[in-house]
Order: sequence, then structure tokens, then C-alpha cells
Amino acid sequence: MTSQSLDASQLRDRIQVLARKAGVQSWDLGAACSDDCSVQVDRGEAKQLKASQRSSITVRVWNSDGLVGITSTTDLSDSGLEQALDGAKQASQYGNPDDVPQFSPLATAPLPELNRPLKSRQGILPLLEQLRDAEADLLGRHPAIQTVPYNGMAESLSTSLYLNSDGAARTMERTQASLYLYARAEEQGRKPRSSGAVRLALGSSELDISGCIAEAAERTVSHLGYRPIETGNYRVCFTPEAFLSLLGAFSSMFSARAVLDGVSLSGRDSIGDSIAVPFLSLHDDGLHPGHLSAAPFDGEGTPTQKLCLIEGGQLRSFLHSEATARSFGVQPTGHAGLGAKVSVGPDWFVVETSEGCSSGSSLDHSTCSDTFVLIEDLSALHAGVKATQGSFSLPFDGWLVKNGERVSVEAATVAGDIRSLMNSIVHLESNLEVTTRGVSPHVWVDGLSITGEA
Amino acid sequence: MTDTFSQAWSDSLQALLQRGTSAGADLVEIFLERTDHLGLLAEQDSITSVNPTFAKGAGIRVFLNGRDGFVSTNDLSQDGLTRSLDQALAMLGLQATRLDVSNGFEGLGPLRDYGINKENWLKTCPSMADASSRLLQGTSQLERFGQHLQVRRGSYARDWQEVLVAASDGTFARDIRLHQSSGLSVLAADGDHRSSVGRRYGSSDRPDDLLTWDVEASAAEVCQSAGSMLRADYVEAGQMPVVLANRFGGVIFHEACGHLLETTQIERGTTPFSDKVGHAIAHPAVTAIDEGISSGAFGSLAMDDEGMEPQRTVLIKDGILQCFISDRAGELRTGHQRTGSGRRQSHSFAAASRMRNTYIDAGPHTPEQLISSVDNGLYCKAMGGGSVGPTGQFNFSVEEGYLIKDGQLGRPVKGATLIGDAKEVMPRISMCANDLDLAAGFCGSVSGSVFVTVGQPHIKVDSITVGGR
Repeated sequence: MTSQSLDASQLRDRIQVLARKAGVQSWDLGAACSDDCSVQVDRGEAKQLKASQRSSITVRVWNSDGLVGITSTTDLSDSGLEQALDGAKQASQYGNPDDVPQFSPLATAPLPELNRPLKSRQGILPLLEQLRDAEADLLGRHPAIQTVPYNGMAESLSTSLYLNSDGAARTMERTQASLYLYARAEEQGRKPRSSGAVRLALGSSELDISGCIAEAAERTVSHLGYRPIETGNYRVCFTPEAFLSLLGAFSSMFSARAVLDGVSLSGRDSIGDSIAVPFLSLHDDGLHPGHLSAAPFDGEGTPTQKLCLIEGGQLRSFLHSEATARSFGVQPTGHAGLGAKVSVGPDWFVVETSEGCSSGSSLDHSTCSDTFVLIEDLSALHAGVKATQGSFSLPFDGWLVKNGERVSVEAATVAGDIRSLMNSIVHLESNLEVTTRGVSPHVWVDGLSITGEA
Repeated sequence: MTDTFSQAWSDSLQALLQRGTSAGADLVEIFLERTDHLGLLAEQDSITSVNPTFAKGAGIRVFLNGRDGFVSTNDLSQDGLTRSLDQALAMLGLQATRLDVSNGFEGLGPLRDYGINKENWLKTCPSMADASSRLLQGTSQLERFGQHLQVRRGSYARDWQEVLVAASDGTFARDIRLHQSSGLSVLAADGDHRSSVGRRYGSSDRPDDLLTWDVEASAAEVCQSAGSMLRADYVEAGQMPVVLANRFGGVIFHEACGHLLETTQIERGTTPFSDKVGHAIAHPAVTAIDEGISSGAFGSLAMDDEGMEPQRTVLIKDGILQCFISDRAGELRTGHQRTGSGRRQSHSFAAASRMRNTYIDAGPHTPEQLISSVDNGLYCKAMGGGSVGPTGQFNFSVEEGYLIKDGQLGRPVKGATLIGDAKEVMPRISMCANDLDLAAGFCGSVSGSVFVTVGQPHIKVDSITVGGR
């Protein structure tokens, strides 16, 4: 089954028949189909050409005791759906009576308008030619750039839908394309250095290829003249990408699910608490025009919305599913997955200065002549972040900036506590940058611990 | 076509392979897969999530002049597979309409059926009821052994997989795999002090593994670690000698060196060891092995995902690099012989050279001798995850650490991250103890997430950068 053939009304009819046969009265499901292709190149040659047609469905059922079970399958044939319904029914016997999800009260509410027109796909051979050219261009930008070991260009068409036995029916179709170029540069007698850039677009013909090449080259070359950094406490400026990565790793502090599970830094009564400097504002805006992967509804069919998480440094709201919202006595926020225990997560963070507030500083990473560390990107967040404790210790790519001169930092880590960091922000620059992870300005933080090899 | 994979697929697959080679492909490989997954989560004293998942699909790979095209699909009908094959051929400029008489395909060999004695494995795995009960025993034991526990969790995952591999070089092989993993974790909190500790255990091909799991011992270990770390201070950053404990301490070798010995890294030009076979790349104390044959180990295989039986591959002998971990594409493109290491997460990924059970071999010392040789350093009793970058720089987090002062273990410390460069750290592993042990884990890389084992005896690294505060 291809994405073109995922028909909501046909699927509903089939599921209704099979559910009735299985004695299931109440059900909902999420389904997705995708058709995508990607290319990688290696020094002018096609390294790998890939394509896939994928389909999957997750069915959730409520049994006669009102308990919930769930099963997923990639087999959308009648026998596959029958197996999924049987599996979900069996799993429902172990449903948690203390936490029973229900249909979202907003599963039939009007959806927001998303201006994401479908773009035609070019096909794999044109992608290959463009990526070959991009690689050659990047290799020619500097003699030290010898390979582009991580590269890829991809395009996809996907369809997602949500249905439930009460008549909710949501469908969305989207196209997306991506390009990434990570170059490796090496100079005689020195360690190799690597950096790169990523671009996303609704269609592959809209990808900013030249911008990606230029950024990958500039970033990679900027790390060639590296030096070790002395261990100590530094004033740090995070690029938008780096700050959004760090914030994302601690997003459980905004998740009502994590609060209820006792694994969040926030508690049930934390709304209204000051958790950051008063000039920090944070929204989750899944509808932001820069968010190319935006979906108009979540896994439970709840409409996507812009939600204020922090304003004036105070925690204003949590991200909710239907079940957590019911527990907190609020409405779902459109951040749920689909499950017996429903996961909750952010869509697209927007960091900015609170309206009417100011840090009182005019720090600017491009002109500042004081000493600071500019952190370009953080790595190994899966290993170096303890989200339940608030601590992090992460390798980073960046520069030590002294008297306006940037020197790339050799292997080093930055460590701290997210709660302290949020209260040690000294300035948010005025220029908001749209990245592949969200929107943020450069963010200045005082007193972070950096370990180097000097 | 039958629901299960068997000799009955032979004609259908041969027709596809014939079609591919007739079009001019050097080699065509078809990977068929069915999976049955069960995931369970227990929190406090309740089962809070039960997730069964079924999947099936095919991955078709076509090679021509060293390049390859790969297509995956969920559609296992003959039409669906033919469509995917034609798409893979077209990627390489080939068309199935071309008829080349001398295409080199001589038919599939006899089916090598590694799954024939494993048909009942799925049925003999613990039922949902048994698995649920076992996990609740685990969270109950955590309550018994732990203090200040805010969260107690137990988890279980059962991954059953049936695969069939057919290739135009005659390869025709089937296997049934079973991987089970279980884990316990806690979050301890007392005022502003917090510690989170988890342990995961895993096996392959042992249907009764969950029922023989020593839940009590595991719970006691997790609680002891959480208790030690609850009020630990942050480690002071710097360069220092470290002693890494056995079992999951082996993640250092996995990340720092193992990935760089995969032929995919030679292809990318991202390993510093590509021309170092026969040369010293590590301290003479280090002998390192990657194998897929240890009974019941998480990374063991009866055959790899390209139908080849795994081997015991000595990677480093007394500090000298012996060979690389190689798959079909690796052999084709780098000349390093296949080692039965072609692995993939699922049919959605093309196989790549990946580690299996990878470990540093035992040495002559006792763990106590290693610790007593350090004046000021760090003892890493339990490791978290890690990663390696495209320039060979690695990092991994220390979940449970203790200072070493004057050859004695001191107070617990937290927040440590070990970072370094593979080429520089391998010669600094100067002592290996005699207590080799393995630990199960998951490795994510170019062909997805695969089951692996890491391992080592206690080892001493003379100097490494410890990130902290």
C-alpha cells in the first residue's frame, strides 16, 4: 500500500467491520504511509541510493471493563488489521485502571490552517546529480576539505490519519525534502576536523543547496586552527541550534506526563514558579511557518496550537495529552502521541525576550571583544544529559573568542545544571534565527564549567 | 505466498534474482523479514504499558560496479517485490526488460535453515501474564532494597524475528532470532539530591531468560548504586588516570575503537586506522575481539543479515591491528574479507558492517592491582551511553564513579564524562585485569539500531580527559 492509497473512509469501514467481529465497541487508530527516496555520494560516485514504501497502523481498543490496549502493525491487509485488533484486545487485559486514556474532547474540533503546499518530487536521479555537484563544490572550497563523509539528499511524500469510533477523522498529507553536508578537513600534522550544515524544504527543488554548501564549508574551515582550552568557568554564548538542543533535552520539565510520572524537574504545583530569568519567554509553536514538518493535529486528533510555556521567567503551562489534561483539569494541548500510556512531547520551541522586558545588556557575539566561549553545537545529548536530575556534561564544537579573535576549541565539554543555567542567562540577542529545531536568538550564559585538554 | 518463510519461497525469489541479474546487475540480494515484538513497562506496582507490534517487509539491494541501490517495502506480494526490484534496478540505470543470457545467476543453493529447531521459541517465551508478574516482582524488590525512591520502573522487551536471505550468488538461508531484554531503574530523591540509575540485561535465543533472571540481585545492585550516588558531589574536571570496571565499561572500546574498525568507516575515510593492519594501534596489553558466537550473548547470531555464519574475529592482538569488521559491501569496496558482520535493524535498512559481541580480552592482573596503581584518579564502576564522531573523537558518561586516592577507592562522584580521541587513548590502556565479563546493549549507526554486547575486564587508562565541574 502506498501513501496515495491510504484512504480514511475505506480504512474506517474495514476497521468497523473487523472491530464488530472482534467484539470491540470503542477504538481509535493512527495510520501513516510514506514513499521516500534518498541518495548519498562519495567523491563523485553514487554511494547508496535508497527508496522505501512504508505503511503502519496503531490501533487502540477499550475492552468491556473500560481498559485500554494497543497494537501496531505494518500489515494493512484485513488479516493484518485483524491480528492488530486481537493483539490490542489481549493487551487491554493488562490496561492500567489508574490511567485510562479517553478520546480527546478536541478530536473533532476545527483544525488550524497550515500553509504547507505539496511539492512535486524530482526522483532519485536528479537528486543524485544535485548532490554530486554539491559535494564537488564543497570539496573545492578549501584544500583541507578532503571528504564529505556524511551527506545525503532526500525527498518524501507521506500521509497520516487519525480515526476513532465516535466519528473523528483527521488526515494530512505532506511533502518534505532534506539536504545535509558534513565535511571532514585535515591539515598536515594536525587532527581532522568536521562540521556541516542541514537544510529542509517542502520540496527538493526548493532546497537551499548553495547556502548549505557555503555554511558547511565556512563551519568546517573555521575549526581548522584549533587549540586546547583551559579548564575553568567561562561566559558562554550558545548559538540558536545549540541552545535549542539543550532545551529539547530537558523538555520533560514542560511535560505533564513526566510530572505525573515523577520524572520531571517540575511538579504538579510548579505553574507560576520562577524558573528562569525574567526576560526569557518560551513558546511551543507547532504552527510556526518555519516548522516545515508541522502537523495540524497530534496522535489523539487534538489540534496543534501555540502554547506559552515560560513568560517573564515564570512557568505558565505544561504540554498535555487527553489523559494528563483531564488529571490537571485543563484542555489537551495537541502534544500527544497515541498509546495505552500516551507520551507527551514538544513540537517547535520559540525562544525570545519577554515583551516589555530587557536583559539590560547589549552583548553581541559578532562584535563582543570580551573573552567568551561560543558554543556552536552540542553532541551526545543521549549520554550526557540527566533529565531527571537537571545536570548535563556534553562535548561541544565551538570557539574561544578573545579580543574579537575566534579560535576553534579542541575536544572539550561543557557542564552544568539546567535550572541554574536558566537563571544565569545574561542576555538574549535580538536577532531570532529559524533553525531546523526551532527559533531562538544567540543566548548568553554566565559561569559555565568547561573542561579542556590544556 | 506462505506466511512463514521456507523453501516454498524459492521459485518466487529465483524469478526475482533472475530478473535482476538479467538486467545487468552484478549482484541482487533480497532480505525478507517478519517480526513480533512485545514491550512491557511496570511503574511502581502497576503495569502501565503493554505494546505488541507486528511487522513484515523486504529489503532489496542491487549492486553494479561497486555502487548499490536499495529499496524497502512492506508489500511482500510478488507484484510488490517485483516493483521494488525494478525501482532498485532503475536507480542504477538498469531495466528489467533487458535479457542478458550470460547473467551469471546459477540458481539458489539448498536452503540453509538455521531456524529449523527454533520454531517453538515464540510460543515458549513468557506470556504477557508471566512477563507482567516478573516485572512487578522487580519493582517490588526495588521497594524492598531502596531508600528515597521516587520512581521504580521495570521494563521488558521481546523481539522475535524470522528472516530469509536470498542472493544471486546462490545464498539462500533462513533464521529465527529471539532477543529479550529486561531492566530495572530508579529515581531516588532526597531534598535537592537526586540520582537516577538503571541496569539492563539481555540475551539471545533463550526463551526462558526472563523467568531465570535473578530479579533480587538486580534490584539490590540498582538500589545500592542509587544510594551511593544520591549525595555524591560533582567530579572535578581534569586529566587523570581512570580505572574502568568490567562488563559495560567495554563501551569505551566499542565507541573509541570498535566503530573505527568497521569497513563503513574506511569507505567514508573517517577512520585513522585504514592503513594500519599489522601496525601497533594500542598498548601491547590490549587484545580485542569481535564475535557472534558466544552462546546466549545479545550480539550473537546463527547467520548475519547477509546469510553468512558469524566468526570469532580477533581485531587487535597484543596491540597490533589484525583486521576489520566487514560485510558484503565492505568486502567489495575495501577488499577486507567478510566476517559475518553484515547487520541491520530491519528490512528498512541495507546491511552494513557492524559489531556483534565486542570486548577487550582478559589480562593477567587483579582489579585491585589496577586500583592500587593509581595515586589520584577516577574509578568508573558503571558507564552510561556514549558516541563517536566523524573525526574519531569519542565521549561517554559515567553513571557511577568513585575517586581513587593513593590506590584506594574514595568518595562517590557524579557528572563525569570521559572524552578523547581513539588514536590517542588506545595506547594508554596499560593494564587489563582477569575478570572479563560482558553486558548487553544497543548500538545505533548507519544500518539502524542492532543488538550488541560490549565487554572487558577491569582496565586502566593512564590518562584521559574527565569532563565535570
